[in-house]
Amino acid sequence: MNRIEAVNDFVVKFANVNGSGSASANELFARSFLRMGIPVSPRNIFPSNIQGLPTWYEVRVTERGWLGRRGGVDMMVAMNPQTWDQDVKEVEPGGYLFYDNTKVIPHSKLRPDIHVVGMPLTEICNSTYSNPRERQLFKNIICLGALAGMMGIDVEAIISLIAEQYKGKERLLQPNVQALRLGLNYAASQLQDAIGLRAQAANAVGQRIFMEGNAAVALGAVYGGATVCAWYPITPSSSVAEAFQRYCAKFRVDAESGEHRYAIVQAEDELASIGMVCGAGWNGARAFTATSGPGISLMAEFVGLAYFAEIPAVIVDVQRGGPSTGMPTRTQQSDVLACAYLSHGDTKHVLLFPQDPHECFTMTADALDLAERLQTPVFVMTDLDIGMNHRLCEPLSWQQGRQYDRGKVMTAAMLDEGRVFGRYLDVDGDGIPFRTYPGTHPTKGAYFTRGTSKNPYAVYSEAGADYQYNMERLNLKHAQARHIAPQPEIRIMDPHASDAVLYFGSTAPAMDEALEAMHLTGHVLNACRIRAFPFSDDIAAFVAKHQRVFVIEQNRDAQIKSLLVNEAGISPERLQAILHYDGTPITARFIKAAILHAIQADHQIDEPSRAARDKTTSDKEATDKATTDKEVTDKAAREKAA
Amino acid sequence: MTYLAKPKLHHPSLRANQVGYTRRDYEGKVSTLCAGCGHDSISAAIIEACWELNLQPHRLAKLSGIGCSSKTPDYFLGNSHGFNTVHGRMPSVLTGANLANRDLIFLGVSGDGDSASIGLGQFAHVMRRGVNMLYVLENNGVYGLTKGQFSATADPGSKAKKGMINTDSAIDTVSLAILMGASFVARAFSGDKHQLVPLIKAGLAHEGAAFIDVISPCVAFNNHDGSTKSYDYIREHNEAVNRLDFWPNKEAITVDYDEGEVVHVAQHDGTWLRLRKIRESFDPSDRVGAMNQIQSHAAKGEILTGLLYLNPEAKDLHAHLNTDHRPLNGLGAEDLCPGTAALERLNASLR
Repeated sequence: MNRIEAVNDFVVKFANVNGSGSASANELFARSFLRMGIPVSPRNIFPSNIQGLPTWYEVRVTERGWLGRRGGVDMMVAMNPQTWDQDVKEVEPGGYLFYDNTKVIPHSKLRPDIHVVGMPLTEICNSTYSNPRERQLFKNIICLGALAGMMGIDVEAIISLIAEQYKGKERLLQPNVQALRLGLNYAASQLQDAIGLRAQAANAVGQRIFMEGNAAVALGAVYGGATVCAWYPITPSSSVAEAFQRYCAKFRVDAESGEHRYAIVQAEDELASIGMVCGAGWNGARAFTATSGPGISLMAEFVGLAYFAEIPAVIVDVQRGGPSTGMPTRTQQSDVLACAYLSHGDTKHVLLFPQDPHECFTMTADALDLAERLQTPVFVMTDLDIGMNHRLCEPLSWQQGRQYDRGKVMTAAMLDEGRVFGRYLDVDGDGIPFRTYPGTHPTKGAYFTRGTSKNPYAVYSEAGADYQYNMERLNLKHAQARHIAPQPEIRIMDPHASDAVLYFGSTAPAMDEALEAMHLTGHVLNACRIRAFPFSDDIAAFVAKHQRVFVIEQNRDAQIKSLLVNEAGISPERLQAILHYDGTPITARFIKAAILHAIQADHQIDEPSRAARDKTTSDKEATDKATTDKEVTDKAAREKAA
Repeated sequence: MTYLAKPKLHHPSLRANQVGYTRRDYEGKVSTLCAGCGHDSISAAIIEACWELNLQPHRLAKLSGIGCSSKTPDYFLGNSHGFNTVHGRMPSVLTGANLANRDLIFLGVSGDGDSASIGLGQFAHVMRRGVNMLYVLENNGVYGLTKGQFSATADPGSKAKKGMINTDSAIDTVSLAILMGASFVARAFSGDKHQLVPLIKAGLAHEGAAFIDVISPCVAFNNHDGSTKSYDYIREHNEAVNRLDFWPNKEAITVDYDEGEVVHVAQHDGTWLRLRKIRESFDPSDRVGAMNQIQSHAAKGEILTGLLYLNPEAKDLHAHLNTDHRPLNGLGAEDLCPGTAALERLNASLR
């Protein structure tokens, strides 16, 4: 029988029962590789449940550093009888099934093409421990010891990780180390050469850190100066607010007075959480909320108010599978259009797309600046894959002495100098007006904020000219974000390549891996990672340089593609969507197969579609012209209104 | 309803208060509500109360929802920032604004549709949190702007202008506010300025969630026979439990001390209330008793008005959260950003 032999490049999946204490042992397993200098990429696959339902933890060990989900399982650690059949089925031929053989498993429940490795875990536990709780918890550690023994994981690395975990509770360390050694010894005596998966110390981790995206968002909010956080619990975003609470307790409590330089309110629903964010933003504090799809739907009305009344607000959307309650514990990128145009009437919002925790940190801090600069809601579009999994990423960085961009705020001194204040008056030609904080000046600068239409001086007005002036100015203001929001990351592998990919967010690691894999098979594609909406002009220019551009997304409806067509004037014929939306994170294997399939299909191209492609170019030219024409009209309208 | 501009000239007899403002300085734009609307009387009472309290107009922020009542903040305190938010959601916006700058005074204005129907949830939760504010509910039992539908405070059996009889139970906002944890709860009648102005003053000075339900007849859609929110009905059924006088500080009380059925209550911000008791049995510091009294009078068809409940030791949301004594909106990177050295340590802990 074939036997998978791999060093520092394999996938181990743990099948557990939710709430059984397996999570911390599994995490120790993943971290022990990092301590050996081998990158890993773990993923929680969990149900919407507290205790009892199946949960999985998948660890990709990857010296090359491919952090996307690989797909396929080389070794299954099957600890959940409920999911046994499904788990056994998932193992690659020649792979391994590790299980507790205290109870005999009938032959029919196994597979002939995989290697079955049994260990009497329950029996060992029961003969060693009398307390049922200890039996359960140490079983996980004994299992970890056996895996470490079979794979050659550095035991000292695990022990030091356990020591860090129990820092301050040293008496818990020794029993854990004992349990670990029980497993190790068993493996050494009974499971020699049972598997072909090996860990070998390497030097491939470097300075990178291992962190969850939600924690990074929270830390970005702390560094970016958010003082008000209002939120409502919802998977997979709840740990953003919880981490914000934790970091604030660490960094924002006055050592002498004990006073908090932050306020966190768990609201009664998402309507209230975004309402509080709007109130705080209106009154000059940096405020944010974190939510997921259903929360976004509830926030629609307030987001329209914030857009129209021009109130800074930062909304972190940790996307999950939609629509409706959808798949609360699975990942997707399916809120893109909802967020881009959230609320009734003509609205348009700024979206940022972080690829990993490092960017979650940076972009959340940037979002707070952008929201105040542009006086508008800004969405940080992360997802469950980034948010709730530990991901290896570049260390977080912050420029020493960085000040916050508080945007155009008119002070009492400026008002006293006689500066003209019109809350919705475009004084600089960039569409961004000045605002005043409530309480600024006894007689100047007060205004009435409303969701109804108004003239540039914030006076209620239903005059068509006033309304149109305002709407055009909002458009102009929105367009500023093209230049000041994070710019796309463009990689030209071959200046003459005719094919390219556009992608964003959590797709990045799988995309990197797929690009290399395709390169090795002779398919060179250039790549552009979209980092913000409204789109930088560089994206349309990038697309124009290629014949065929694949848009890789984790949703059904090709939402970014629609947005590119709608907002960047790109012809849909030039864009080909590659869509992955089953709720699992996209893989390099999937991307590569889908792109190569599409390329092969196109090879059988016939004349009519060639003509269609030519037409694409002319469409693009036509759209370009239309855009230019529209800009001229807009400018005229603004001048007229002014 | 008046489309005539107010004369710009001040009457020479207009007296300035201690901070140098006349009553006119507390006015706003001309009201666009109907002539005789109870809401305009409430606006006038707010103007009077702020003038008498010597408030700096710009240090007050006024927030409202949507509806006739919610339009009124445009008609008073023209030098204050105002925010006409979305229907039923003023409480959350006010909460956020309050968190951003604790030094301002927050006045929330809402209506019965806004607070008792679409916004009942936010109404309840803002009271629970003890947000430091005065929340004025201008209660007419009817949807005016959409032409006369019942609201959730309409009494069962009351008749709409178009003849429909309301069969749903009424939401009693004062009982609800007490139940939810508001620390200052009053009910008043827009037609009784002498009762209303001191209540507004005391509510503005109260450090915690202060709530006044002001019954404010709608002359266009709810002032007819069969309505239980008409001027005539309220005048007949109004049972005042007390008359309130308010002093901003303890010293003033010695000047105008009145014997008789009088209770003095000190609030912990140093202000004093003097309650002239009208109903002997009524004790506004007794939370359970207050709820009993409200219910038993309602059963008799009486509308209890006056200061119904007061917790002088109330704590507000900032006290609960132990926030910085400085406004959060004034803190900069030096106060908020942990800096690069801390980030390096954090990075190291994540390896």
